[in-house]
Amino acid sequence: TMLKGMTRLISRVHKLDAGHFLHTGSQAPQNLAAHLDNQVPVESPRAVSRTSESDPAKHGEQHEGQHYNIPLQDLKAVFPHGLPPRFVMQVKTFNEACLMVRKPALELLHYLKNTNFAHPAVRYVLYGEKGTGKTLSLCHIIHFCAKQDWLILHIPDAHLWVKNCRNLLQSTYNKQRLDQPLEASIWLKNFKTANERFLSQIKVQEKYVWNKRESTEKGSPLGEVVEQGITRVRNATDAVGIVLKELKRQSSSGIFHLLVAVDGVNALWGRTTLKREDKSPIAPEELALIYNLRKMVKNDWHGGAIVLTLSQTGSVFKPRKAFLPQELLGKEGFDTLDPFIPILVSNYNPKEFESCIQYYLENNWLQHEKAHTEDGKKELLFLSNTNPGQLERLCAYL
Amino acid sequence: MWKGGEDGKPPRKAGRREPRLGPHSWILRLRHTTVVSTKKNIAALRRETYTLDFIKKQIEEFNIGKRHLANMMGEDPETFTQEDIDRAIAYLFPSGLFEKRARPIMKHPEQIFPKQRAIQWGEDGRPFHFLFYTGKPSYYSLMHEAYGKILDVEKHQNQLRAQGLFSEKTKTKDLIGSRWLIKEELEEILVEKLSDQDYAQFIRLLERLLTLQRGGAEEEFVQRFRRSVTIQSKKQLIEPVQYDEQGMAFSRSEGRRKSAEAEAVVYAHGSGRVSVNGTDYLLYFPVTQDREQLMFPFHFLDRLGKHDVACTVSGGGRAAQAGAIRLAVARALCTLVTEEEVEWMRQAGLLTADLRVRERKKPGQEGARRKFTWKKR
Repeated sequence: TMLKGMTRLISRVHKLDAGHFLHTGSQAPQNLAAHLDNQVPVESPRAVSRTSESDPAKHGEQHEGQHYNIPLQDLKAVFPHGLPPRFVMQVKTFNEACLMVRKPALELLHYLKNTNFAHPAVRYVLYGEKGTGKTLSLCHIIHFCAKQDWLILHIPDAHLWVKNCRNLLQSTYNKQRLDQPLEASIWLKNFKTANERFLSQIKVQEKYVWNKRESTEKGSPLGEVVEQGITRVRNATDAVGIVLKELKRQSSSGIFHLLVAVDGVNALWGRTTLKREDKSPIAPEELALIYNLRKMVKNDWHGGAIVLTLSQTGSVFKPRKAFLPQELLGKEGFDTLDPFIPILVSNYNPKEFESCIQYYLENNWLQHEKAHTEDGKKELLFLSNTNPGQLERLCAYL
Repeated sequence: MWKGGEDGKPPRKAGRREPRLGPHSWILRLRHTTVVSTKKNIAALRRETYTLDFIKKQIEEFNIGKRHLANMMGEDPETFTQEDIDRAIAYLFPSGLFEKRARPIMKHPEQIFPKQRAIQWGEDGRPFHFLFYTGKPSYYSLMHEAYGKILDVEKHQNQLRAQGLFSEKTKTKDLIGSRWLIKEELEEILVEKLSDQDYAQFIRLLERLLTLQRGGAEEEFVQRFRRSVTIQSKKQLIEPVQYDEQGMAFSRSEGRRKSAEAEAVVYAHGSGRVSVNGTDYLLYFPVTQDREQLMFPFHFLDRLGKHDVACTVSGGGRAAQAGAIRLAVARALCTLVTEEEVEWMRQAGLLTADLRVRERKKPGQEGARRKFTWKKR
């Protein structure tokens, strides 16, 4: 009865508004047309939320808050496995992939453009509260690097490698470590799709013997190693290890630039939820994938950059409100990563918020009548507290 | 045959005289109630008669008891009022019962024993009131009186008109703020049962009297039957006016819901940031429903981005804490907002504390309401 009373009173107070926004709703498309004709200097909503600049290299501060379009073929080529699932759903719904250009990403782009490839790889850590847009910023960076023709080593979520693994085999290479064939093979497949063109160029510099019958000769292309890993699932983890080692060794040679992008890097240090058959817990070092990845993240190679994201969402045994690097990485991780550049990803500022709402409105995603009005926007602002993740979840209901 | 009485004797009728016992020994027989039949007919329970002596004795006992009580409490027996009695009884006999009417009370016998009609006929059996045989003498006499007054006023008016001094002014007394007696109250005054039609007729008479021009005596007569309707119930809230600190105007208040207690400090000028126990409300309440509860007072008053809130909350669960903060915020906003908007908030239910608490589990049942599975055998 409270709500009914409230709505009755609200409808009494907002009787005028009801007339208003119906009016504006119908007038909006006419407005756009009118603008193009009369060149009235009023900002049309499209200018606020979208930009036609689809090359991340050319994104600058003037594009801040605006969405840029990624063509769908690029999406499949660059991000076979990198996008967060909700974003994938949104792409499928809207039939287009639009990322917002935001300040942390712009900052990172600036640093990346000015990297000195002779120096050891610099580590950048994106951190922030839950749902502020770290993963999508990472995807923005990856898109940029792909356009710049870097080799992208993207681990979509390191947490997937430390929890819920069914098959653990004892590693053939090193008796103490454990293999994860499934995860490794999936990752190899995606890696192949992302970096097709490099696989034939890079040559292996050692001979690797898989088993009695198969071996890879020195000088054969890296693609063969990848194929071996995909076909022989038992050796997939070793294949991953080899790929990482080779790439690290050869990135300094200057043929290609290497970008190591790891999402959820705090999984590399900390605990796992996996147990051996005798129910004793496994430390992350004992997993071959994690061990090799740690070597990758160390900055003892040059010729590229390392971009990392902390994530509490998939992490195990970490409190919900932790988001600072110190808390999520733990002492060990923090020490290993020590000289790094932290980049804080925060909630939307008002301009970005406005732009996001405009984008949804343009795609007719917000069906509620009040979504157009100022009041509706204020409500959404309050409810989501300008957090992008929350806003997206809220708008899904409208 | 007569209907079976208590002891097999014929039921005695009301007011029967017994002239055979001699001229000086009229036995004043009390008006007998009809005997309660042996089958339990709860609907037919009549009031027990309390004799006048009994009532007088009760009153004396009450007064003596009042003096004793005053002595016990160390107060002055002369100036011991009913509120003092209530407080003393509550102190001496503390009761944990929830039903207020079941707790021990000590009141004047007039309030406890229901009013009875005194004997309405004399020694010779002749009733005092001339309308006794209508069955509702006081009601009909009241109607008679009212109609008599109407006739008087009309006669007076006719006289004035005849003399030409009739003035058309009708002083309409403010009838707002008072209401007619309800039927139960009228019954209580007249000590007899009325029907709805009787009551309606009476009210119509009084209203007719009001439409005519009347003098002071009639006014007083009518006012006897009106009760004031206080608007006090709407304005129960005492809002402390906002006070300043460091130049910022804010207001602070508390709220409670189901064992969660919250204290909210609402700043008059701000940008819509809310912090709960030091952390942002987005982190403290990950569920959208809780944040909607927080948003409700502001959204209702259209002041979404205009106030800052800093609140502390403890106890209860997730939704209880949200409800407690909502109440605290609404109360705090009362000081920063106009009277009309306070009234709107009260009507919307933002300012009412939610009394619902977890109901106790009863023995013999599985939960508060759920009974055990009924097995036929």
